[in-house]
Amino acid sequence: MAYEMYQEQILDHYKHPRNRGEMPDADLQARDYNPLCGDDLTIYLKTDEKGTITDVRFTGQGCAISQSSASMLTMMLKGKNISEAKGIDPDRIVKMLGIPLSAVRLKCALLSLQVLKKALFSKELSQAEAMKE
Amino acid sequence: MERTKPSLDVAKIKKDFPIMERKIHGKPLCYLDSAATSQKPRQVIDAVSEFYSNYNANVHRAIYELGEDATRGYEGAREKIAHFINARSSSEIVFTRGTTESINIVAYGWGMKGKLGKGDEIVSTVMEHHSNHIPWFFVQDYKGVKLSWIDIDDEGYLKMEDLDRLVTERTKMVAVTQCSNVLGTINPIKDIAKKAHEVNALCLVDAAQSVPHFPVDMQNLDCDLLAFSGHKMLGPTGIGVLYGKEKVLEEMEPMLGGGEMIREVHLGRATWNDVPWKFEGGTPDPAGAVGLGAAIDYLSSLGMQNVRQHEIELNAYGLEMLGKIKGIRILGPMDPKKRGGLIAFTIPEAHPHDIAAILDAEGIAIRSGHNCAQPLMERCGIPATARASFYVYNSPEDIDRLVKGLKKVQEVFA
Repeated sequence: MAYEMYQEQILDHYKHPRNRGEMPDADLQARDYNPLCGDDLTIYLKTDEKGTITDVRFTGQGCAISQSSASMLTMMLKGKNISEAKGIDPDRIVKMLGIPLSAVRLKCALLSLQVLKKALFSKELSQAEAMKE
Repeated sequence: MERTKPSLDVAKIKKDFPIMERKIHGKPLCYLDSAATSQKPRQVIDAVSEFYSNYNANVHRAIYELGEDATRGYEGAREKIAHFINARSSSEIVFTRGTTESINIVAYGWGMKGKLGKGDEIVSTVMEHHSNHIPWFFVQDYKGVKLSWIDIDDEGYLKMEDLDRLVTERTKMVAVTQCSNVLGTINPIKDIAKKAHEVNALCLVDAAQSVPHFPVDMQNLDCDLLAFSGHKMLGPTGIGVLYGKEKVLEEMEPMLGGGEMIREVHLGRATWNDVPWKFEGGTPDPAGAVGLGAAIDYLSSLGMQNVRQHEIELNAYGLEMLGKIKGIRILGPMDPKKRGGLIAFTIPEAHPHDIAAILDAEGIAIRSGHNCAQPLMERCGIPATARASFYVYNSPEDIDRLVKGLKKVQEVFA
């Protein structure tokens, strides 16, 4: 299974990640961590007034699956509306990667989506926190 | 390296381990993860099976032959363990589920229920496994005691000047591992226990990576408490040991209340059983204890000095062969005699999880990740490592396969 996992596309995104780097003026951002592998990921989003994602960046470190998944996901996001992005489900990520994944490695693969969702909902989450106080 | 007669007959030993016949992705199993859990010889599997087939009963209270047989098996295993680590008596041996539970029993019964208070301190080290960190965090949060940690030097040895600086009149406990599960470093427990005793502190030792791999003598080390797991030393899962000097155990409160741990119970009040049974509330795991006894018989028949010598030889060969891999970073002491039988490393091309996945395809099982030692990973400035660990069934050929596998990893990620 391992060799099927490390297909050219995965290795290409791992070695040459797209949209990698910080975004100091991001409108939305979130970070999460996979304690199992030590995969660490932050996603930054820039949006316009219509809620369209105009720019995406990510930083972090981790295994080939988590990092290539993040790189591929950022490519998918540019030009999408926030509500559209909120609708991306795990199946979509698995299809995007197109490789066999064990239960353990699925966590690596889905870290990018988890962080994206956290970023997309970060405004609502912080508002909810503020209301609690 | 000079070739002398090998310390262990690995080919013969391997035949005792049924799992070694398994093929992984069509290849013979190359098991290099014994620091996580060891494989089990037929003798141990048979002993457990024999218990359930021939003398299964609840221990201690049954007034019939089966129950007496079961109790004899259970208490007999306790005697074997006491002898194996040269304890003064079997009443110093508490059966637990493993190292983690053993340390938690101390953190609860000596720490949280004990006489500790603000101003008291517990000294540990940065190289501990989470199981020798978190229980002390509980005590810190509950009792307001101060924790401090002995640092390591660049080679992965404890900074002994930190021990001298941190252990003071305020220190009540020094909790330290005998052998790091990441660096492999073997710590000078005798000196550390002596230092603790100078200030009337106790010394607890995490022996999860030491008792399975080399001779450990309680009367020589003179630590007060020591914890280890059966499953890392050819025994079954779910059985482990807390060793404690009788006086220390007597002063500790029990963690589990229930059957067996009592002397007298009235509504609303009770008195405790003698040590060690005071700490063994509820039906214990006699089959596990009997299995651990069989594991100890197996290890004793090989000779723990021979086991140690064998692992030093594998260390020497492993450090030499892995050291030739371009860009590799090996953690811990480079002297094979100064480390337990394990080598943790990183290579620049690939994350440890990716290394482990490719090696798996070659039939090789290694550990990857933070090794339950996140503070140590942080101290070393790395998120994770790959780790190969050795035991009685490993041979230099396993290291050759590992090195070959790592070259494949480098090809894939080149």
